[in-house]
Amino acid sequence: MNTLLLVTLLLPLVGAAGVAVLPDHRQLLAKQLTLGISLVVLVMTLWMAVGFDTGGERFQFNSSYTWIADFGVRFSLGVDGIAVVLIALIGVLVPVVVAASWNDEPTGERSMKAFFAWLLVLETMMIGVFAATDVFLFYVFFEVMLIPMYFLIGSFGGPRRQYAAVKFFLYSLLGGLIMLASVIGLFVVSNNQLGEGTFAFDALRQLEITPGTQKLLFLGFFIAFAIKAPLVPFHTWLPDAGAEAPIGGAVLLVGVLDKVGTFGFLRYCLPLFPDASRFYAPLVLVMSVVGIFYGALLAMGQSDMKRLVAYTSIAHFGFIGLGIFAFTSQAGTGAVLYMVNHGISTGALFLIVGILINRGGSRMIGAYGGLARIAPLLGGAFLIVGLSSLALPGTNSFVSEFLVLVGSFTTQPAFSIIAAVGIILAALYILLMYQRTMHGPENPRLRGVRDLDKRELATLGPLIALIIVLGVYPKPVLDIITPAVDATMVDLGTNDPAPTVAEEGNR
Amino acid sequence: MDETIEYAAATGALSSIWLLVALPLLSAAVLLLGGRRLDKTAPVLGTGVVAVDFVLAVYYVVTLADQSNRAVSLQVFSFIPVNGLQVDAGLLLDPLSAVFILLITGVGGLIHLYSVGYMHDDPGRRRFFGYLNLFVAAMLLLVLGNSFVVLYVGWEGVGLASYLLIAFWYTRPAAATAAKKAFIMNRVGDVGLLIAIFVMFATLGSTQFSDVLGGAAALTGGTATALALLLLLGACGKSGQFPLQAWLPDAMEGPTPVSALIHAATMVTAGVYLIARASPIYNLTQDGRTVVAIVGAVTLLIGCVAGCAKDDIKRVLAWSTVSQIGYMFLAVGLGPAGYAVGILHLLTHGFFKAGLFLGAGSVMHGMNDEVDMRKYGALATRMKITFATFTLGYLALIGFPFLSGYYSKDLIIEAAFDKGGTSGWLLGGAALLGAGLTAFYMTRLMLMTFFGEARWDEGAHPHESPTVMTAPMIVLAFGSVFAGFVLVHVFSLESWLEPVFGAPPEADHVIEPIVVTLLVLVLVAVGIAAAWLFVGRRQVARTAPVSVSAVVSAARANLYGDALNESVLMRPGQWLTRALVFVDNKGVDGAVNGVAALIGGSSARLGRAQNGFVRTYALGMLGGSILVVAALLAVRFG
Repeated sequence: MNTLLLVTLLLPLVGAAGVAVLPDHRQLLAKQLTLGISLVVLVMTLWMAVGFDTGGERFQFNSSYTWIADFGVRFSLGVDGIAVVLIALIGVLVPVVVAASWNDEPTGERSMKAFFAWLLVLETMMIGVFAATDVFLFYVFFEVMLIPMYFLIGSFGGPRRQYAAVKFFLYSLLGGLIMLASVIGLFVVSNNQLGEGTFAFDALRQLEITPGTQKLLFLGFFIAFAIKAPLVPFHTWLPDAGAEAPIGGAVLLVGVLDKVGTFGFLRYCLPLFPDASRFYAPLVLVMSVVGIFYGALLAMGQSDMKRLVAYTSIAHFGFIGLGIFAFTSQAGTGAVLYMVNHGISTGALFLIVGILINRGGSRMIGAYGGLARIAPLLGGAFLIVGLSSLALPGTNSFVSEFLVLVGSFTTQPAFSIIAAVGIILAALYILLMYQRTMHGPENPRLRGVRDLDKRELATLGPLIALIIVLGVYPKPVLDIITPAVDATMVDLGTNDPAPTVAEEGNR
Repeated sequence: MDETIEYAAATGALSSIWLLVALPLLSAAVLLLGGRRLDKTAPVLGTGVVAVDFVLAVYYVVTLADQSNRAVSLQVFSFIPVNGLQVDAGLLLDPLSAVFILLITGVGGLIHLYSVGYMHDDPGRRRFFGYLNLFVAAMLLLVLGNSFVVLYVGWEGVGLASYLLIAFWYTRPAAATAAKKAFIMNRVGDVGLLIAIFVMFATLGSTQFSDVLGGAAALTGGTATALALLLLLGACGKSGQFPLQAWLPDAMEGPTPVSALIHAATMVTAGVYLIARASPIYNLTQDGRTVVAIVGAVTLLIGCVAGCAKDDIKRVLAWSTVSQIGYMFLAVGLGPAGYAVGILHLLTHGFFKAGLFLGAGSVMHGMNDEVDMRKYGALATRMKITFATFTLGYLALIGFPFLSGYYSKDLIIEAAFDKGGTSGWLLGGAALLGAGLTAFYMTRLMLMTFFGEARWDEGAHPHESPTVMTAPMIVLAFGSVFAGFVLVHVFSLESWLEPVFGAPPEADHVIEPIVVTLLVLVLVAVGIAAAWLFVGRRQVARTAPVSVSAVVSAARANLYGDALNESVLMRPGQWLTRALVFVDNKGVDGAVNGVAALIGGSSARLGRAQNGFVRTYALGMLGGSILVVAALLAVRFG
């Protein structure tokens, strides 16, 4: 038993209660408390990532408590190499979001104190969904996570926030209920096979489920995750939610919450339903590759910067889906790293867009122009983040995109080649937006706007540093992820294909 | 070359070759992050770093030349390790990369020095030198990388630097658009290079040069051809070769030193480097080589034709670059007979084309940044040094006997004929025709710029540029004159490169070399005479004539390459995007909203869902909970 993970999980929730009970006029204290707690959580998540033994057990920092004994439900926590890096990502993004939202004014009736309290609640739920090693507990976090995000969007978002929040909620809830059927199904199968029902992941992945049952159960999980990720055609909630959410909420929504979908593919679909995963792989690959192009083309067609960024994410999730369902360790590791990198880059891109909106008072690209001359720091930061989004070598995203593509080429060459063409479109949507906002003659409306201030530099700085560091030296993170992906491939029963020339032995 | 390729580990002095990349990179970071207080020192720091890099490069190459094994590899750190895929951040110094690091730091240093004068009054010069240093670092990484992935990192790095420098004056929409166009067209090529890397990993299990080039012999013919064509696609993008040539002339929106360094002497020749580096793969596939040669021949003619019709001095030189790189592609497409010759032309071209661009910059500097040659004329007496150095570059480019271009271009034309068969005649004929056209457009440029009547704008006071600009031009002029002779007769580039390419096969001459030389000279003379007849004898109009023949308007429109791109790719793409946006909003979303509305009550309620929502949500949770409990009970007690 190791309680570090448990404490990390509960600390934000306790903090949220503390923030919530503060009197309304102590707004500053509420912010400071939130920032302080999120920084402590950051240290703890990084501590776990550094302390993670790459050659050790699959799940580490385990703890388990009886919860609903009659149904074998346990409150079990533990992280593998995949979960630990995603939890570290949460640790990094939450304080960044707190700092980025520092000067936000409430858009609705609720005070910013509530915003920060919900943020901390959300942090607990996000950590929980990755840390749960009991499928039922995972399901609970998966559903409850919606509540804080619903309030973040619905109470603090843009003009159409109610519509967007409800849409987000209903989509996710629908997916969750379908998943619930599969969760129960798993319980039934385990009850039949083991004589006693269980939700423990380690026990469930030992089950021998008939292919027919696997397919049904797979679909339940898959639909929930495909909505969450989202894969085309389950994506239409995301542009609305991303556009209407407050910037801080959008960063966590796209940066972390959506990863639950792709994480779910890797943690639950592949190991628990290997036959079904192979059966449905072609379908998922098609959805993924379609998403790469669909998301990119739609991103190009947007005039609203927040919607544009949301659509770019749909394209990026296509790459992640491809990486997961190519069934090689390189592609899988690339997909996980992609999740981390996408959280950093797209998070930073949302922050930049937020700063632009703060300066120009509009979400429309057409309201900007020539800003690089007026605000060179903002221009430079935008450029680096944009380059990361289009996966330029030297930035973090290149490593993950390269791994996904090179890894998937060995098993799915056609999909890999088509996806590789998508990198042209990524360059287009980023550079078009950059040119229209930063290049060209100065828009007179923007004359005299401020460049980045110290707080904004402090929020963007760490993310930009990560973009470069993970782009140049990704090895430490890869070393954590790879064993977990290898274990997943073992569950799935696949091996990386050997080089064809070496295999033929005609060297 | 089918024995395994092994590189010795770098030891001693050579274990610090990473400094070559690190120094300019560090300098770039300092300049770009340093803020305004570095504005004054930026030119000194930026130029000084490249000068130090040049000294280091010379030192390393001399050290290398003393070694018995002239290929040393240095592993810096493990870059992307995932099970069977082990990509190292590593460098390789061998005769081929040695040639390039000297070119990059040498010509690069001169152009930095020139920029001190050229960008003296530009408020953004700190940014300029920062980007230029970034370029040098990326270009050195490109040629020094010891795997295709590291090469790719440098490859994209120079693309970024090129983007930043073309868009240097980004408030001008033309510059911003040209930069984006360059990046996108390069990316099209990059996809080819990237997929080639995937194929290497899938077949040979590695992306390191030693494994891929050493193991290439085991590849099947089809795989080798596929690799050759994919690498060629990448090379075409970076080097502005058909069908990806349209970005390069537009790139002239960048400051002229950028055009000289990146879009003439170094970066755009990276495609030639790539093919030469991958020569063990190209050696396996006759088809692959033939396509390379054809691309080169087609491009060299396109470049010549377009160059004949341009009035913008930099655009003429840009199309000339497209054309001359076409010669290099033609050369390396000829296989073992052409690799070393192609690299020779790359080097001599690096000297004379950089010199010509710097000369053009000097002219612009004296003419209030005017680029239209119709508004030049009679500058020979006003800018004597510029005129003299430019003339030497001009003579070298058209292949005047015993100047640099004479050696390298003639050898390419000879080798093309020596290929034999119909293809040999066609390729050689194209190269020969190109030589004549080159003489035409370059003579036209000389006549319009330096001779005839002054057609200057009012207020133009042409004057010679400061020494800091003319000195590099003089050095490059020396290179334009002597580089060819030295690299053929004094210090044989061919034998220096032999460890990389192997010994060139004994040529089986279809036409005697002296005949080729004479034919070239005749065509060059015809080109010069034609230019004299059409341009030199006549009054040059200050505005371009509007009613021109179909040939001229086709040449002015760059043989409709841009129009083709627009109608085949850009406009359909825009329509598709618009259609998808419509479909996504109305179709996909509408359908799903309908379903959502069914669940949530009515669609009207969905819109103003504040109150309706809480109930829905509570209902949903309640329903879910009941389901869970019921199901669990059923399982437990059923």
